[in-house]
Amino acid sequence: MTSSAILPERGLADRLTAFFWRRPRVFLALLLTPPLLWLGLVYLGSLFALLWQSFYSIDEFTGMVKPEFTLKTYSELFRPANFDVIFRTLVMASAVTLGAAILAFPIAYFAARFARGRWKAVFYLGVMLPLWSSYLVKVYAWKLILAKEGIITWATGLTHSSGILNALLSLPVIGGNSLSTSYIGMFLVFVYVWIPYMILPMQAALERVPASMLEAAQDLGATRAQTFRTVILPLALPGIIAGSIFTFSLTMGDYIIPQIVGNSANFIGMAVYQLQGTAGNIPLAAAFSMVPILIMLVYLTLAKRAGAFDAL
Amino acid sequence: MTAAVEFQSVSRHFGHGPDTVKAVDAVDLRIAEGSFFAMLGPSGSGKTTCLRLISGFEQPTAGAIRIFGQDVSAIPPNRRNVNTVFQDYALFPHMSVRDNVAYGLMVKGMARAPRHAKADEMLHLVQLGGYGDRKPSQLSGGQRQRVALARALVNEPRVLLLDEPLGALDLKLREAMQDELKALQKRLGITFVFVTHDQNEALSMADSLAVFNQGRIAQIGTPAEIYAKPRTRFVADFVGSSNLLPPALTQTLGGPAKWSSLRPEHLMFAESGPITGTVLAHRYLGAATRVIVKAGETEIAALVPSGQPLPEPGRTTAIAFAPHHLHVMEEN
Repeated sequence: MTSSAILPERGLADRLTAFFWRRPRVFLALLLTPPLLWLGLVYLGSLFALLWQSFYSIDEFTGMVKPEFTLKTYSELFRPANFDVIFRTLVMASAVTLGAAILAFPIAYFAARFARGRWKAVFYLGVMLPLWSSYLVKVYAWKLILAKEGIITWATGLTHSSGILNALLSLPVIGGNSLSTSYIGMFLVFVYVWIPYMILPMQAALERVPASMLEAAQDLGATRAQTFRTVILPLALPGIIAGSIFTFSLTMGDYIIPQIVGNSANFIGMAVYQLQGTAGNIPLAAAFSMVPILIMLVYLTLAKRAGAFDAL
Repeated sequence: MTAAVEFQSVSRHFGHGPDTVKAVDAVDLRIAEGSFFAMLGPSGSGKTTCLRLISGFEQPTAGAIRIFGQDVSAIPPNRRNVNTVFQDYALFPHMSVRDNVAYGLMVKGMARAPRHAKADEMLHLVQLGGYGDRKPSQLSGGQRQRVALARALVNEPRVLLLDEPLGALDLKLREAMQDELKALQKRLGITFVFVTHDQNEALSMADSLAVFNQGRIAQIGTPAEIYAKPRTRFVADFVGSSNLLPPALTQTLGGPAKWSSLRPEHLMFAESGPITGTVLAHRYLGAATRVIVKAGETEIAALVPSGQPLPEPGRTTAIAFAPHHLHVMEEN
């Protein structure tokens, strides 16, 4: 039997395949248009519209937005009271990022180096499980855990270690009446809520470091600490930076945790929430939302200059 | 003289109970100082595990390992004066070539200027002078191989371990590197332990070699000894290619009732000879042609140099050989 060199066309699907084969760019354009419309127009467009607002100001008598270009709102932003809010948020975001990185590293390292098969599944489940329940539920649960009548106070009483807790709470600034009304408590809740976003990119970065690289370091005489400092850390840095972008920016923008846990001191997110809501000062709210964006840009520039993305 | 490396019934087993994999099984081994020693075997034969036992990345389940007479069972890899050229080179991608080579000196605390000077000297030795500022990703496979070599040698190890270092290179480059490695070893006088599955590589480079099979050493000797006098069918077949003659056939050729081996290049076609058979096929190899002859139940290959007459397939022919080329092995 002889058969033709060309197989018969089987309908529309074959015709489309042939069309896209001849014009791969059309296919790419079709694929990219919807997300680009969304990202470019709807998302970035509204972001820029918001930022545009920050160059307007509010009329102090009528409370209406004056659509004229001015830097007045920005001078308002750097009033001492607002500056405190920015500083407080920045310190909290840095502390949360550092705490999450330190806690996440051993977990990510275990998952990348040692977990196989079933343990890998346990790892992913363990990291993702907290993300399945509502954010608000978790935060309120933590409020109860940290409260004066909560399980921590009870447990320290039971183990006669109330002294440690009280010493912690009597620390200036970060202490307070109880864990749930202190910066320590807020820090714990932030770290808990955002740590999955640190673990996952870290684990992905560590997984890409071949085992032979670590063996090579040891083979050449490096101790464990030297191997960590000169090989593991630099190679995992892109993942750590990626994770820190998440924890840092999520903490910078959050307005719920500081409301529920802590001593009701103002944070950037809360300020934005109040300014655009009750105060109706959209320009100042917009100026406030510029702050995290600028801080992130500075952070990424510094990270790039430090060579964090060299191994990408 | 103390051996550079000595294994005393060393075993490395993985797993427990019935699932135990005996990667290395009661291996005894002495590697002479200053020699080029090859570990040859198919994948999974235990040669790489043996190398990792020397470097310290595996610990023996039983037995003792001595490096220059010192027991190393309690010594971690970073304190063994032994360096490895890894199969995938394992160069640090975030460091320049110079920093890669200087790594071993850096972790020992040598200052920047002298360690860079020494790294450049080493790069010169492997003919990569002037490449120090590049990143490993900017080098070709052969160049990376040299960097890995320089990085291991800069520490002046007493034993250099090479884990299939030429496996990823193409044929021409591999042959050039074989010559270079051999020359380098002669010049430096360091003991080289070289793992390979390529018998040509092992035969052409090694002073002595161990043939591994299923976690055990099938034979140790000089390349010439192993090629000429393989002890088992496995060795005869794995090192070079060979015609394995069953005991009955050996007997008809005047030998004892044991397996024997006849190398294809020692066979000639003649009017009459001890073996007769029908020509099955030719395989053209360039410098020679391999002729397959069926003699009874056994297929026998003969290598005929190019330009010499070939018996046509289907014809009956006789095979002759010098009697001393019939090598009788130990297996019944």
